[in-house]
Amino acid sequence: MDRMPAWADAVLVPLFSIVLAAILSAGVILAIGENPVEAFRLMVDGALMRSSGWGYTLYYTTNFIFTGLCVAVAFHARMFNIGGEGQAMIGGLGVALVCLFIPWPHWSIALVFATLAAGAFGAAWAWIPAYLQAKRGSHIVITTIMFNFIAAAVLNYVLVNVLRPAGAQDPATARFPEAVHLPTFQDMFSTAETAMFRGSPANVTFFIAILACVAVWLLIWRTRLGYEIRAFGHSETAVRYAGISPVRITVLAMLISGGLAGLMAINTTMGEAERLVMNATEGAGFIGIAVALMGRSHPVGVFLAALLFGFLYQGGAELALWTNIPRELITVIQALVILFTGALDNMVRMPLERVFLAFRKEGAR
Amino acid sequence: MTDTPAIELKGISKAFGPVQANKDISIRVMPGTIHGIIGENGAGKSTLMSILYGFYKADAGEVWINGDRKDITDSQAAIAAGIGMVFQHFKLVHNFTVLENVILGAEDGAMLTPSLAKARGVLKTLAEEYELNVDPEALIENLSVGHQQRVEILKALYREADILILDEPTGVLTPAEADHLFRILEGLRREGKTIILITHKLREIMEITDTVSVMRRGEMTATVKTSETSPEELAELMVGRKVLLRVDKQPARPGARVLEIENLRLTDRDGVERLKGISLDVRAGEILGIAGVSGNGQSELLRVLGGYAEATGTIRVNGQKIDLTGRHSDGRSRRARGIAHVPEDRHHEGLILPYTAWENSVFGYHDDPAIQSGPLMNNAAIKAEAAAKMERFDVRPPNPALAARNFSGGNQQKIVLAREIERNPDLLLVGQPTRGVDIGAIEFIHQQILRLRDEGKAILLVSVELDEILSLSDRIAVMFDGQVMGERLPDQTDQTELGLLMAGVTETGGRSPIEAVDAKLQAKDAREAGQNG
Repeated sequence: MDRMPAWADAVLVPLFSIVLAAILSAGVILAIGENPVEAFRLMVDGALMRSSGWGYTLYYTTNFIFTGLCVAVAFHARMFNIGGEGQAMIGGLGVALVCLFIPWPHWSIALVFATLAAGAFGAAWAWIPAYLQAKRGSHIVITTIMFNFIAAAVLNYVLVNVLRPAGAQDPATARFPEAVHLPTFQDMFSTAETAMFRGSPANVTFFIAILACVAVWLLIWRTRLGYEIRAFGHSETAVRYAGISPVRITVLAMLISGGLAGLMAINTTMGEAERLVMNATEGAGFIGIAVALMGRSHPVGVFLAALLFGFLYQGGAELALWTNIPRELITVIQALVILFTGALDNMVRMPLERVFLAFRKEGAR
Repeated sequence: MTDTPAIELKGISKAFGPVQANKDISIRVMPGTIHGIIGENGAGKSTLMSILYGFYKADAGEVWINGDRKDITDSQAAIAAGIGMVFQHFKLVHNFTVLENVILGAEDGAMLTPSLAKARGVLKTLAEEYELNVDPEALIENLSVGHQQRVEILKALYREADILILDEPTGVLTPAEADHLFRILEGLRREGKTIILITHKLREIMEITDTVSVMRRGEMTATVKTSETSPEELAELMVGRKVLLRVDKQPARPGARVLEIENLRLTDRDGVERLKGISLDVRAGEILGIAGVSGNGQSELLRVLGGYAEATGTIRVNGQKIDLTGRHSDGRSRRARGIAHVPEDRHHEGLILPYTAWENSVFGYHDDPAIQSGPLMNNAAIKAEAAAKMERFDVRPPNPALAARNFSGGNQQKIVLAREIERNPDLLLVGQPTRGVDIGAIEFIHQQILRLRDEGKAILLVSVELDEILSLSDRIAVMFDGQVMGERLPDQTDQTELGLLMAGVTETGGRSPIEAVDAKLQAKDAREAGQNG
């Protein structure tokens, strides 16, 4: 009853949040003596006006879709999976093992199995916190955060002591064989005359990300499991009444969530670096939280939010390249967007809701 | 008696968004009287009282107390104006003593000792004056509900309230406790206090009030002298049409035993034994009513039968034992055995409130192969079926896409009832079927339960409403403190006898019923205090 329409909730609230974040960011840029309008133009120019810029934007978007979906699925079961970062790291390990040790005849077959491995490794990493939450009541937020650190340490150990080629200085695996090279957008969309997406890392994984959006939508709103996950998220007492096992739902939701985070590694490890490096995730697991919050845990919302953050990432890199605005400031801008869309959601929603209700009352008279 | 009303409300209106909760309400309550306000759920009683107590601000209208216009902006202002409120859900700090609760928010100065000493004195006087006996040093968590309510009244009186508002005060009391409460209220009236009693129980209105106001859909439909009206007239004023207060039913034709419970025991996480060897049976084609004050093990019994609490003992359904622990003791397995369950708490158990009506219409039965299409749920079929069910059960509005939380209590209950009954179970468990349900819907729900009985199904009915138990049941079992105190036939017992059983009294031992109940309750309090300590 006392609600604004769904479209306003889904579109207006995030829009207002972004505008507020932009205004504040502009203030910060002004304060360090740069021109915010020029900065914005540069960001748009670098991220959206050239196909290579798009190539980078979509590459980041792909990462954020996976981690955003990861957080979104867990949200539906009312769990806060902060471990996307660690699950993606371990997912990368799965990808590396599949790519390095099996001689694949063709990239497409390799991609199928790398996807399975990435998902399985990510899910396995999420399984332990899930089990501890379901059976022992250890809070999932705490355990998933801790598992990020453990994942980093495990990866470090494996890269330095096991997978590092003899003589190499770098904590990274050997380069993957040429056969598992994934087609980049440049490979796919360039014609003989014009090169598109030149030098940019966006690759076929982007389409897997879109498939994942569809799959998550089907899972959450069309399957029995999704029905149970959402029910569990709304009311644990009610699912007990219905005979749905909270343990089972907790574990399954987290497995799917972790698996989605793991899939991100296909993009970074197989698609871009073509070897497993330390810190391949670059904080995307955490950005996923903001993406899921902003996207209202809906795949379409997650896709759009991931696009926005992809733009911010790529535009931010351009800013650092062409202006005196330090890279740290880009982080500030991103943080402001996260702050407004995630943490300060109600600050925007409540006044907006009041405006809507006031209008409705006028209309009713 | 003077001509100045203790409370006068003039033209109070209040809207929540598009919902007009109170429409131009005017009311005069004379000092030294008990004024009843009766109405269905959602009629606007609680909103009106919340305005009087400063929780909500009225959109329009004036509040006059003892002839002065008051601007009551918050509860502090209400207390200053001499208004005290006893809420339906008590606002007590459970690990504080009675004294500490009484002075909470009314302490004088930084140190507690002087306030406590003062309060102790005041409480002693009040106890003598009004039969408000409570041990001032007892912890709230060790008190029975009836005693906790007395603490709420004491809190108001300690703040020198002349006007006392009680919101559904008897919902949690045994009949004997309710009688005691009414004696307290009569004592207060004698001392010139003004009392507003909000209730939906006609019997209470007839028993104790001097005047009564009826509310319907945000409006005050009538204010009459209690002596000049009848329950039938009040019910009609409440609902807006004639209402059958009695349930018409055919005699039961009990068949084979469907449910057999033997020596059922349950100990909760805190080590308190909640079920102490329950043995009951229910036959096909009969309704077994379980009477009792809430919190005496009925909820646990329903949970065990529904499959979401573990217990020891034996339960047979249609002669076959069912698992009481382990993997095969859950709601799913129970449904597979033909047990349907309308739970006591539809908000937290029976429904997922943010889910639409159609999503709720299969909750618990969502595994049914008939509603799957491949790996997905066949949402179109579920929606169509839900729409048909809502039609049959007269759910209003009949819109399956509406979220459950947007339906009224009665219509929510019909959604649950439709889901459980239409599965054609052998045994139906029903907990508090009409709690928070408007009178119109109560009639319908009772008819549906009886219809299922007449189709030869076994029904276990748990209710704290004695009227409901008496009118629906074919046999009545009374629970107290995790035990069955006895079984009675509805036409061979009455409220008084059941009330005594509900308080754990099987024989009065020469004392008056109320003394006996008090003694028994105090013994129970002491025992529980021992267990907790």
